[in-house]
Amino acid sequence: MTAFSDHLPLEEQIAQWRGFLRRRRAIHGADVDELEGHLRDQVAVLTAAGLAGDEAFLVAVKRMGSLDALSREFAREHSERLWKQLVIAPETAVEAPLARRSEVVVVIALAAVAAMAIKLPSLFGVVIDGDGEMFYPRNLSLFVLPVLTGYFAWKRGLTAARSVALALTFAAAAVFANVFPFVPGSHTEVLTALHLPIALWLAVGVAYAGGHWFAAGARMDFVRFSGELFIYYVLIALGGGVLTAFTILMFQAIGINVEWLTGQWIIPCGAMGAVIVASWLVEAKQSVVENMAPVLTRLFTPLFTVVLLVFLATMTWTGNPIRVEREVLIAFDVLLALVVGLVLYSASARDPQAAPDLFDALQLLLVIAALVVDGVALAAIAARISEFGFTPNRMAALGENLILLANLAWTAWLYAQFLRGDRPFDELERWQTGYLPVYSVWAALVVIVFPLVFGYA
Amino acid sequence: MDLGKDLVAASATPLVLAILTEGDSYGYAIIKRVTELSGGHLQWTDGMLYPVLHRLERQGLVAAKWGISDTGRRRRYYRITKDGREQLAAQREQWRVVDETLHAIWMKAQMA
Repeated sequence: MTAFSDHLPLEEQIAQWRGFLRRRRAIHGADVDELEGHLRDQVAVLTAAGLAGDEAFLVAVKRMGSLDALSREFAREHSERLWKQLVIAPETAVEAPLARRSEVVVVIALAAVAAMAIKLPSLFGVVIDGDGEMFYPRNLSLFVLPVLTGYFAWKRGLTAARSVALALTFAAAAVFANVFPFVPGSHTEVLTALHLPIALWLAVGVAYAGGHWFAAGARMDFVRFSGELFIYYVLIALGGGVLTAFTILMFQAIGINVEWLTGQWIIPCGAMGAVIVASWLVEAKQSVVENMAPVLTRLFTPLFTVVLLVFLATMTWTGNPIRVEREVLIAFDVLLALVVGLVLYSASARDPQAAPDLFDALQLLLVIAALVVDGVALAAIAARISEFGFTPNRMAALGENLILLANLAWTAWLYAQFLRGDRPFDELERWQTGYLPVYSVWAALVVIVFPLVFGYA
Repeated sequence: MDLGKDLVAASATPLVLAILTEGDSYGYAIIKRVTELSGGHLQWTDGMLYPVLHRLERQGLVAAKWGISDTGRRRRYYRITKDGREQLAAQREQWRVVDETLHAIWMKAQMA
């Protein structure tokens, strides 16, 4: 039950009461205004009858009824309010409707810019999906990430100096992606296409954090943002897939083939614009809906643990060695990345003050199982690495494996300490967020150094 | 004498509608009118009136708009609609049947 502090001037007491009301999800801003008007009328009548200000306030609040009962009644009448409306109900923000509308305009404009940017090279005769042409895969992130960064720079009011620094980063990235004389279809070229987005994601993060990238909390927020963005993007992509299929089918019905339209326009432009729209949705709903990424983490941590343990047991039982083939390192990289992701996202949703519980123990089990599996795989690979020789692909995969392995090894250590109560959870969180730039720096190395070292092969 | 919760809830709609036939009004004045009319026997918890008003508004029985009070504050004024008047007439008829029925049986009990 809420208690009202005495000895406050009437206005402050009313402000406090408003505050309590506002926190009720079922009671909206306009209702609070209406109820406050009622309270003030009541107070005015009571003071006119001779009560002191605070006495009148207490009586008026009492007559209004308990907040719990009140919000229950409002919830019964306005049950839709308990389902937070994402775009339609703007009550979450105190900001002026004008600012909100101008943001929508900016978002739509930026999404259009990203969608058009991807078609810009067509003017110079570069075709999406052209045979053996790697121009688009190499530059894909350069069409949309600068726009996304610009959105956050605008939204967070980034200083001119920082904006220029970020712009230079993207310019440098564009240079590295395009100046090297890659052998067409070479490994280093594919590696550049894969690693450039990872490197540049850090630039997006800096803009997202408003330039305060070194605050640990800001990094964790960016991790949350990335996870939610991914989920929203997948949802939008599903809708886009339905739209595309529908378009093709409808025009087929009247004997017109529109695959050029879907393949050259709807899909690429939609995929680019969707990044901006999805980012905006994540921004807008931040506090509105429970985050999905941690929920998925909770769901899949036990499942992945079980799969890994069964895999280990099967391997031991049957004695089957890991078949060292071309793709095996990549498979284990994916495994480690998944486990790091699970750790990261469960950390993002965890109350750092909470005591260790069963889920934490499970998480540690998952990390250790992943370490063991990866250790076995690495041992198998190391034994034969000289046979293979160092190709760019293998070098990149091995580097990533070691980076993730180092992360997980220290994570396991910190987790164990945390479970024993020797260290706060906060240290684990700081370790994970502090490690984030390592991924981007490694990716940047792959983009910048690998083509030179391996002769664009 | 305090009225039971169900009875208060059941009587809220006709009471609010009937008070609004006297003229447009707002929450606080409606509560005051109820207390006056019932001689203080019908005490609503003030806050509970608003969900009722919002329900009536959703059902189209009353219409609401923001206005300015004499003291210059924003205030939401409610007005009964045509549908509201029809609903009130229907409820009035229903209450009359209930009232008469109870009256009849209680008179009989008194005479016996």
